[in-house]
Amino acid sequence: MELRRKDLLGMADLTAQEIGLILDTAASLKEISQRPIKKVPTLRGRTVVTLFYEPSTRTRMSFEIAAKRLSADTVNLTVAASSAVKGETLADTAANLQAMQPDVLIIRHQASGAPHYLARRLRCGVVNAGDGLHEHPTQALLDLLTIREAKGRLDGLKVAIVGDILHSRVARSNILGLTTMGSRVVVAGPATMLPPGLTALGAEVTHSLEEAVRDADAIMMLRLQLERMGQNFLSTLREYSTHFGLAPRHLGLAREDVIVMHPGPLNRGVEISPEVADGPYSVILEQVTNGVAVRMAVLLLLIGER
Amino acid sequence: MHLLITGGLVVDPAQNLEAPRDLLIVDGRIAAVELPGAIPSEGREVLDAAGLVVVPGLIDMHVHLREPGEEYKETVETGTRAAVRGGFTGVASMPNTKPVNDTAAVTRFILDQARAAGLARVHPVGAISVGSRGEALCEYAELKAAGCAAVSDDGRPVMDALLMRRALEYARTFELLVISHAEDLHLRADGVMHEGPVSTRLGLRGIPAAAEEVMVFRDVTLAALTGARLHIAHVSTAGSVEIIRRAKARGAPVTCETAPHYFTLTDEAVCGQTPDAALNPAYDTNAKVNPPLRTAADVAAVQEGLRDGAIDAIACDHAPHGLLEKDVEFAAAAMGLIGLETSLGLSLKLVHEGILTLGQLIARMSTHPARILGVPGGALTVGAPADLTLIDLEREWTVAVNAFASRSRNCPFEGWQLTGKAVAALVGGRLVHQELDV
Ligand SMILES: [Zn+2]
Repeated sequence: MELRRKDLLGMADLTAQEIGLILDTAASLKEISQRPIKKVPTLRGRTVVTLFYEPSTRTRMSFEIAAKRLSADTVNLTVAASSAVKGETLADTAANLQAMQPDVLIIRHQASGAPHYLARRLRCGVVNAGDGLHEHPTQALLDLLTIREAKGRLDGLKVAIVGDILHSRVARSNILGLTTMGSRVVVAGPATMLPPGLTALGAEVTHSLEEAVRDADAIMMLRLQLERMGQNFLSTLREYSTHFGLAPRHLGLAREDVIVMHPGPLNRGVEISPEVADGPYSVILEQVTNGVAVRMAVLLLLIGER
Repeated sequence: MHLLITGGLVVDPAQNLEAPRDLLIVDGRIAAVELPGAIPSEGREVLDAAGLVVVPGLIDMHVHLREPGEEYKETVETGTRAAVRGGFTGVASMPNTKPVNDTAAVTRFILDQARAAGLARVHPVGAISVGSRGEALCEYAELKAAGCAAVSDDGRPVMDALLMRRALEYARTFELLVISHAEDLHLRADGVMHEGPVSTRLGLRGIPAAAEEVMVFRDVTLAALTGARLHIAHVSTAGSVEIIRRAKARGAPVTCETAPHYFTLTDEAVCGQTPDAALNPAYDTNAKVNPPLRTAADVAAVQEGLRDGAIDAIACDHAPHGLLEKDVEFAAAAMGLIGLETSLGLSLKLVHEGILTLGQLIARMSTHPARILGVPGGALTVGAPADLTLIDLEREWTVAVNAFASRSRNCPFEGWQLTGKAVAALVGGRLVHQELDV
């Protein structure tokens, strides 16, 4: 039982069997996090490097905790965008990293395709922790695990993804992962934030939040980047939250056992009302817990057998 | 000096000729075009062109030679060497050098470098506006006197419609062609590839077809208003082809060109060319070009435009870049690809596939560019300069960027098998390229 690949670059690359394997492994690893001593020696002596070109405390910490619970050594590099501009190129960085001989590199970069660029040049495994607008596969995997735990399955479900699809790598990875596993995905948002070709990715498209959440098994709300207002992707937060913010009244349209998800951090009162975020349908904190489990599984499956 | 070229099939769209002919060249000019064997060979140097096609020297009206200023990418010498290897005896060099070719001094420098290289003829294109900044007009009369064949701010559009109107009127005064790089920068925004399903899948910011089309429409409208001669560079979308076709039907003084990559590749090329490209996007920066590679429907429309004459010319927009600009993440990479050494081979695919006749192709790669630019060449009539290209239509070869004469390597066609190659080129009767025996 192993993942026969060097890198995890995107959900687009993964088969249903591979996704199933990662989720099963993650589910079994969750138990470790409940122990008083939350550590197993599986990856002792392995080096995990996190290289983040965008600030993201949450994702980096989640990877770091995952690596530490498997006893790997971790090194964290955060590169400010400004120093990357005047400083070394990604090719230089790749060469330097290679010389340090890590076992796996976890990279977040503002440019779509940057992990693919590094993966071509590095002998070590590369895990995409978010590249530009492209993919964020471990986020999708933790979302899939969360949905599977709540529903007992992934096939035949209806999942709504709502908000700024255009700028969301979380949405892309989830559309790909969910449809691979047999879920039906409906995306909703204003036309300014829906890129062309979403149907080619496997999603259904609507401009109506109500239509998206009707009979949904899971609702995934995306974080609205507030700078999108200045770029005229929307008029005002008031209008956005009226039409695309999830409020208690919407939950009545969904299935009785609907779950509400959000990749965080939340803009309470913008894309999600506080009542919903903190209400009984919310699984937002389970997502965080599952994030550690999924990342442990990915590390284990990529470098555990070597 | 007498040179006799014997046994070739002469294809000269300028005189509607496609027949076996011998050509006599005397003192750099075509002295006679006669039936095979009609010109005595005694005392003359003979070039055996049996099995080859002899055409007026190919002219690429859109290349970037990068000199002055970016000699690590290309120089006039390396660029014109790439040109003659690709069968081009003349090229029009775009003004976005450093400094910009917005004065007679820069124009003269480029022409001096071209003379020193002694390869292809170079027809410098001057800038529309000082520094191509889109603010003030350059001295068109002076640029023309120094040797500029046209003006353009290529690399960037003239965003100010009033300035474009004035440029067209002012250029008309001195009978200068205006070449438009049609792109609305607001609509392009921070786009890096064609906007469509592929950009969505790759998570790359899109450039809609409309970013080109609204400017093509603006500029053909201004050409009709001013009566000035306008040429639209690098047409890449079905919409642009249709706008230009209609403008021509109404009599607007408009011509246009497209590049081999726009009738050969789609935006899928950005994913790389491996069999599992769709699953494993490679973010090939050599496929990053402006305007971007479009859809299969656009490719078909560009081919149809070439066939029915809506598109007048093929020009490769040879845009050399180094590893510094290309061996980086996709969003950070410079736009452009090199084309001089693959242009003919890729264009001949249109002939092999029955989309164009050979005569139509040569018209679009020689006769028309010469006419549009108003430069010598493009015809094999008696008295014309002896600029010729000899083509072996059957020669099979594999694109290998490391063998290119160009100083740059940013070519998305590496490893492609092509059929047909320029095996010799003459400029002013002088053999500047030959690979006749293999
Ligand atoms: Zn241009």
